[in-house]
Parts: sequence; structure tokens; C-alpha cells
Amino acid sequence: MTTDPLNIIISGVGGQGNILASDLISRTFCEDGHFVSVGETYGATQRGGSVVSHIRVSSRHPYGPLIPLGEGHIIVGFEPLEVYRILREYGHETVRIVMNDRPFYPLDALQKKSAYPSIDQLISRIKHAGREVRVISGTALARDAGNAQAQNVVMVGAFAGLKWVPLEKKKYLKSIQETFSGAKLEVNTRAFELGYQAVSG
Amino acid sequence: MTEFNWNLDAPGKRCILSGNEAAARGALEAGIQVAASYPGSPSVQILECLAAVARERGIYAEWSINEKVALEVAAAASFSGLRALSVMKADGLNVAMDFLTTLPLSGIRGGLVLVVSDDPGAHSSVKEEDTRYLAPPAHVPLLEPATPEDGRDMLIWAFDLSEKSGLPVMVRLVTRICHARGNVTLGPLKSGDRQPNVSSRHRFITAARFHLRTHERLDSLQQDFEMSGFNHYTGPETPALTIFATGVSHAYAMEAVERLGVEENVGVFKVGTVWPLPEKTTRGILKRSRRVLFLEEIEPFLEDQTKIMAAQHWEELGPTDFLGKRSGDVPWIMKERGIGEMDPDIAAQAVAKALHMDFQSGSGRPGKKLEDLPEMDLPRRLPSLCAGCPHRASYWAIKTALALDGRKGFALGDIGCYALGVLPTGYQTIRTVHSMGSGVGLASGFGKLREMGLDQPAVAVIGDSTLYHAGIPPLINAKITGSQYLCIILDNETTAMTGHQPHPGSGVNAMGEPVSSIPILELVKGLDIPVTVGDPYRIHETIHTILDLIRKGGLQVLLLQRECALKAARGTAKARVYVDEERCLGDACGCSRFCSRVFSCPANIWDEEAGRAAIDEVLCTGCGVCAALCPQGAIIVETEGERCP
Repeated sequence: MTTDPLNIIISGVGGQGNILASDLISRTFCEDGHFVSVGETYGATQRGGSVVSHIRVSSRHPYGPLIPLGEGHIIVGFEPLEVYRILREYGHETVRIVMNDRPFYPLDALQKKSAYPSIDQLISRIKHAGREVRVISGTALARDAGNAQAQNVVMVGAFAGLKWVPLEKKKYLKSIQETFSGAKLEVNTRAFELGYQAVSG
Repeated sequence: MTEFNWNLDAPGKRCILSGNEAAARGALEAGIQVAASYPGSPSVQILECLAAVARERGIYAEWSINEKVALEVAAAASFSGLRALSVMKADGLNVAMDFLTTLPLSGIRGGLVLVVSDDPGAHSSVKEEDTRYLAPPAHVPLLEPATPEDGRDMLIWAFDLSEKSGLPVMVRLVTRICHARGNVTLGPLKSGDRQPNVSSRHRFITAARFHLRTHERLDSLQQDFEMSGFNHYTGPETPALTIFATGVSHAYAMEAVERLGVEENVGVFKVGTVWPLPEKTTRGILKRSRRVLFLEEIEPFLEDQTKIMAAQHWEELGPTDFLGKRSGDVPWIMKERGIGEMDPDIAAQAVAKALHMDFQSGSGRPGKKLEDLPEMDLPRRLPSLCAGCPHRASYWAIKTALALDGRKGFALGDIGCYALGVLPTGYQTIRTVHSMGSGVGLASGFGKLREMGLDQPAVAVIGDSTLYHAGIPPLINAKITGSQYLCIILDNETTAMTGHQPHPGSGVNAMGEPVSSIPILELVKGLDIPVTVGDPYRIHETIHTILDLIRKGGLQVLLLQRECALKAARGTAKARVYVDEERCLGDACGCSRFCSRVFSCPANIWDEEAGRAAIDEVLCTGCGVCAALCPQGAIIVETEGERCP
């Protein structure tokens, strides 16, 4: 890898399946022989709060589970507002971002205590700030795959398809096969493929 | 065979495991035969892991009624010669502390290990408690791992130490170990094959005369601690600065040294055997340097222990600068958030400061484009009760009933999902939050103050699992003292906050086997306290029931039963809920957007374009409470063709 340690952040909201996505990615890196450390921030915040996973990959030695401020090299974003929040704090000057465009409104916005920024404005600012930014309709693709909840696996597919990290597609698929079985395996494999294709070509 | 990565019988395989999975793995590799716990974050998955494979591995695993009983169950296995594990969060150790302090005096037999999980930053707790301070008064040796793999290794060693010394051994985990994941190379699984027995020579008696023996047992471990590979030093022979680091802070210390490029003049001492400190080793490290920095989580425990030792050997060690939380060199209670939590930036700042170097955290981000990102007023994401949560309905009913009553009544809570009753999501209904069952205990006190002129009704809320854990004694107390209050039991049929573990009312045990249950209704009736049963989803009825009960006075119990919405949503067809755009008057209604702004269920959203209320169909669970409260009756609930209202 050109960057070592490589720092990947998955950001989302409680209930969107952050931990499963970080598990698939970190497991795939581990199978590929890397040192991997993952830090999950959830807990009481899982009830509608922000959820963040830090994944740190190195070929030299293991790192601590938290990424230092300003050192995030890749952001996999499940929710536009959360991407913006993470980008400001953790984005490295070379940061690359792959994100779902569907907003998840916080209670504060619904209660009109503060407004959710316009999606177009959020995305254009994020595009301006990142070295490379890909926006996909992750939730819609997940629905096509058979379950809107599978947007997390769609985003893992998109992350894989962008080939920002040197991992083969079949290794991700192996991690998916080890994680799911039956109908869930079918839906999640489809979700991964749709995400992969959405950014390919 | 149930196969997850953590329990694979594949020695040498390199996996990625969470700290909790690694701890469970350590217990399997040590050959445990009994595990008992009460669910508490961040360590809840340890017993879940063990229970999932318990029967096939010949282990008995249980969710006990509370942490004290969990430790007692594990101790019984130890007294019978088996290896046993007990797991609890920091708050739970306080509950078990009374028993723990007796164990080193009475002695034990089979290896007994107590895993305690602290929560620096209080990610899923009401407070940050550093349980390391509880090891010395209990006379319990204390270990602290730095990574998930370290935790697995340490757990195996802890069982050996326990059997060697005749003392229980405590392993302190923190959130950034429990909820972190890292590479673990699997070791061989060991089947616990000991036959439990208690012979006539086995006596486990607590008496003050065993105090000396307890200290001798602690001292007997000194040599093991001195020789232990869990303590190690990395760095130059005579560093300008030595960092003492324990737990996950060790990784941050190593990274700080790497980022600052100060490998030539900074040493790092990783401390794994935190109490009692290995005296010779620690003195040897202190002699290398006149400047020492401490990196650890929550309170300055290692810092204090090291300074006590240095004071004893001051002639040999000479003057030393101790930099840490006490000296103000490591930010602590002055921090804005995550008060006791360490992170790589705090660590790097502290090391740079100790070396008089300039260092700006986030220095890797001077990218011009990022600096251009304007500071937007981003809405916060406060934790909220889930869509369809029965607690939301209960809090709405309590708040409304107390307002209708008009005597400035107040509600008392405790910990669990319903602690969110302090936030806007629960209409800030509860006015006290302390420990398990404390709302009911406080109500027992408030309810006696009526006689002295306190004319405000007190209402205690308590969850079902919490009621079994710590709510029965305060109810009995109220019954015999004649205290007057309304206790509302928010029964969602599970231990929801920690991920739906069973409790004594569930009729199923940790291993998924059917067992007898103790229904709350029968339990309260058995105490001869008047009890009313209700359904929080029947919102208007519930409001009137609460109002009637507080007006009636005396000691009352209201059992509000409705399954946790997250659990109920699994696999069942839900009612379709939608807004009738004709009936909804939008901002012209005068309801102030009641559903999305006031009732504030996450599924009640606002369609800006239409200027009307809307329902997020992905989130909505179909409970229908908002429909019952909408002043225009504009929210429609459709159950299998039926349409209401």
C-alpha cells in the first residue's frame, strides 16, 4: 500500500449497519495478511445517534483503534450530513469519499431546532473538498437488491469497485459468504454487486 | 457446531476479533466451565459469545439476576474446583463489591476471573467509573490488556495466577478494547473436564484473621508480575522521557512517538500488571529517566501507584518529574467531551509538550480545500427513543397526566433505554437518574415526605430487567414504611438497552433453553401492593389511568406492558401508517406540527414541498400512537384492510 497506515472511516447513523460494513472490510484486509485495527463508536448513541467506525490498515505493525484528527484517507459515508461532519474533523488533504446520497433526518432538524442543510449544497461542498468523490444512490440500489437495509453492503461494494485499495473482489465475496447464509446471502451478494457496478466503468 | 471466527477450532489461524470476542476466546482456551454475568455495555457480548456455544463445549452460562449473584454463581464453580468467569460493567462491580471483598479472605479453588469493563467517555453509561481503584480494598490482583489479542492472552494467564494464589483475578477492559477489533492468532481450545466436588476439607470462610494470609497471597504473585511479558519496555537505554502507558493508551503512546519521530530519546513502558505494581521492574524503569509521563484512561491510577512507589524509594530514585493528569500535563476533567478517554491526539500533544516540541493535532490536514469547508450549523444527533418505542408513549402519558393533575408532580428514573427520558425524546419527563433501581428507592423516600408537607406526587419509572435486578427491595421498603407513590414498570419484555438479553420474566435462559419465568404481575401481587395493568400504545386510556392512580394516592404499581419495538418489528407484518393529505392542515392547523416537532417520533417527518406531515415508511413500526394524538385525525393506520381512525 502506498499509504501506511491507511485510515478508513465509515460514518453513518445508528441502525444503518456500520459495524457489519466495517467487519466485512476489516476481515477482508485481515485475510489478505494485513495488520488491522478497528475502533467502533456506538453505545447509547446507537439510538438514532452518529455511528463511526475507524479502520486502520498497516503492513508494518498494529495501530491503535482510533484515527488521529485530519488523518482519514478514505471515507465511506452512509449519510451526507455525517460525511460532512467527519470530513471537517478527520479529512486528510488527500481524502477520497464514496457516499450514499440519502439523508437521515435528525430529531433536531425535524423539531426545527436547526435546519438540515440542502443536499445539493452538502454534496457540492464535499465534492470540492475531496480529492475524489463518488456519490451513489445506495439505498435505492439496496432496494433493487431486495432490502433497503442492505445499503451498507452496497456501499462496501462501491468501496471495492473503486479499487482505491489493492484487494481482489473475490476476497470481499468470501467475507460476505462467511457472514451470511440462505436468503440473506443472496440479497447481500446482489447488494455488493450493484454497489460494485455502480462505480465501475 | 455453531461457528463464528472467535470459536473456531483452528489453532494458528489469524482472525480479526473484537475485544469481547477475544476475551470469550481466552476463556475457552483456558478451559472454563462456568460463566455468569448481568448485561452491561461495553462487555455484554462476552457472555453472549460463551452462551451461544455453551452446550456444545460443556459450559454452563447464565445471565444472572444481578452482578452480585453472577459473581456468587461463578465463585460456587470455583469452590467446586472448576474454572469460572464472571463479567460485568463498572457499575455492576459496585453491586458485586460486597461479595468480592470477601473472596480473597475466604480463598477460592478453581481459577476465578472477573472481567470488568470501564467506559471512558461514557459512550454507553451514565458515568465514567475507574474500577481499578476498587482492586486494592478488595485485595484482588488487577491486569489491563492493551489490545484484543493481549486480552485473550491475559485471560488465560489470569486463570493460572488465580489458581496459584488462591485469589480471584480482575481483568479491566475499556470500551476501546471491548468495541475494538484487531488481529488475533487463535490458540488451541481447551475443554474444561474437571468434575465439580466439595469435600469436607473445603471451607471458604470470611474472617478478619485471614487478612494477613490475603496479603501473603498477593505478595506471592510479585515474582510472576516481575517476570511477566505483559510489562515491557521499548526505547533507548537512558531516555529523556519515559511514558508509562496502560490499556489502549499504549497504542496511542507508540503512535505518538512514531508521529513525532522521537524514537531516539523517548521510551515506552507498557504496564499490564497494574496492581500491585511489580516493584523491581518499575523501579528499574524509573531509574532510566528523570522525566515520566503517564497515559491511561479515566483517573490517574497508574500515576498514583507509581508515585507512591517512588516516594518509598526516593533516596534511590532521586528527584523525578511526574507529568500526568495530576500535574495538568494530560488533559482530563478540563476536557470538553470524553473526559476520561485517551486518544491519539491527546497522547501526541502530551508527549510533544513534555519534550517542549511544537505539535498541532490534525497537522496532516493543511489541505487548502478542506480549510475552505465552511463551518455550517449542523443539526446535532441526540440519542432518541426508536420509532414506535413504547417508552415514548409512556413518557407522553406520564407528562400529560402530571400536568393534568396540576400538583407539580415529578418522575424519577434510572438507567436503561428509558434514561433517555431526561432528553427531548422523552420530553424531559424524568428528573433523577442514578443507578439501577434508584428511582424506586428515591420514590420510597419522597413518598414519606408527604407527612412533612411535600404535596407533589412522586412517580418512579423502572424497566422490567431493572425491576428484577434492583427494584424489589425498594418496593418492599415502601410497602412496610407506608410510603406513597406511583411506581410505573415499563415492561418491554426484554433487556433492551444492551441488545435484548432474557431476564427472569422471559421464560428462556442465556443459552436459549426454556426455563420457568416469574411474571412481574404475580411478583407485585405477591407483595400485596395494588397493581393495575395497561398498554402504553392505548395512549388516552394510559393518561387517565395514571391520573386516577396519582389522585387516589397510597402506594400503587402500574404495569405498562408492550414489547420493545425493535424486537416486535422482527418478522411481523406491520400496520401501514400514512398521512391523509386532505385532513392534515399543515402549518394552518395550529398544532405546531405536533407529530414531527412535539411528539417527535423519528418516523414522523415533514414534507417541506407539500407543507404537510408525512410518515417515513422505512422507520415506522405501525404503533399508531401518533394517529391517536393527531388533533385532526389526519394520520391513518391501516391494519390488514381495516382503516382507523
